[in-house]
Amino acid sequence: MIPGAFAYHRATSVKEAISLLAQFGEEGRALAGGHSLIPMMKLRLATPEHLVDLAGVAELKGIRADGGDIVIGAMTTQHELIASELLSAKIPLLRETSLVIADPQVRYVGTLGGNVANGDPGNDLPAVMMCLGATYHVAGKTGERRIAAREFYRGTYVTSLEPGEIVTGIRIPVPPAGHGYAYEKLKRKIGDYATAAAAVILSLNGGNVASCSIGLTNVAETPLWVEEAAKILTGSALDAATVKKAVAAAEAITSPANDARGPAHYRTKMAGVMLTRALARAKERARG
Amino acid sequence: MPESQVSMQVNGKAVEALVEPRTLLIHFLREQLNLTGSHIGCDTSHCGACTIDLDGKSVKSCTLFAVQANGADIRTIEGMVNADGTLHPLQEGFRETHGLQCGFCTPGMIMRAYRLLQENKSPTEDEIRFGIAGNLCRCTGYQNIVKAIQYAAAKINGVPFQEAAE
Repeated sequence: MIPGAFAYHRATSVKEAISLLAQFGEEGRALAGGHSLIPMMKLRLATPEHLVDLAGVAELKGIRADGGDIVIGAMTTQHELIASELLSAKIPLLRETSLVIADPQVRYVGTLGGNVANGDPGNDLPAVMMCLGATYHVAGKTGERRIAAREFYRGTYVTSLEPGEIVTGIRIPVPPAGHGYAYEKLKRKIGDYATAAAAVILSLNGGNVASCSIGLTNVAETPLWVEEAAKILTGSALDAATVKKAVAAAEAITSPANDARGPAHYRTKMAGVMLTRALARAKERARG
Repeated sequence: MPESQVSMQVNGKAVEALVEPRTLLIHFLREQLNLTGSHIGCDTSHCGACTIDLDGKSVKSCTLFAVQANGADIRTIEGMVNADGTLHPLQEGFRETHGLQCGFCTPGMIMRAYRLLQENKSPTEDEIRFGIAGNLCRCTGYQNIVKAIQYAAAKINGVPFQEAAE
């Protein structure tokens, strides 16, 4: 499969990238790892006339602590997320999630920015970013702005990004020390998108939930942040009855597609099963 | 579209060429450089038959453009043989433990295993299976591929290869 013809541009700075993208308008696309875009181009479902490669933009790389937050450059690969000692220590949910994305070769190239900005509800990191309360740093011809992950996703492949804007970095507040976390993903095989997946972080105080946040992957047109379920769980000891009530609240906001991964009602139930398992594992891991 | 000038190291040799931007790296390797050891299997980034080593990463060369590899240091299956013509321990391992049947997936398997052993000198069976999860084989059932990689790890580490009891 051969993609349509395009002109290739290798940006060396964010400024150059957004100026090129502004110049090309609808005809231009930013190229990060390319592991969503290039397959789409090979199928001719995407036919950009100009590709602006971000691989040479050094300022888009790296993982650093900034006060109580961690800021990750958009071109940081999933392989680098897995290898980061800082992330393993502070936000281990990111390592756990990255390990179940695609396969090793894809993770060497696939980027955090591409994964969260593409708007594919099958991607794993968007729901995790909603769960963590992350903020996306965005740059475009009109300047820079910040968009909360929880307000970023509008529909399948539709996000709050304006034409010509790119995500440059992801700012994540470090969850409290001793927090529990889990990402539970049901998939048919390695490399598959989730049939359903759930991300959980929670902190305990005297055995009761002091704070909790939940995200769901691939069970609606966008990733989901399940505020209602988290509210139900807060203050509880994660007893079976309360968990059941929270899981029902989570299932209620799903609207998965009938597809090769199963009928919609099955995928909704699997979202509930993944959430139940994620809550149990997060509880085991939490101290306090 | 204007062609782009690319230069890269491929199996230790400097290569310069003009490519159309849409040329996929696997096509560049196979058709312009005549390095046909890397295979095109699924052409959809699933099967791993096109896996090569690029700047210390295992990548699927069907899902990269040749222009993205400008300046890169690349190794393919053709670059695995030792300078004196003897086989690399991984190639030897695949031969000795029957790690291949039809052989179509083997170049990608070996290139992936090469990077895996660079990062983890003595992987467990589970680590090997997780590490080659992006490479599909339709013949062997993977058992002997795992053994081949264990064989190579033992040889590289200078310890005797011991087959696990089945």
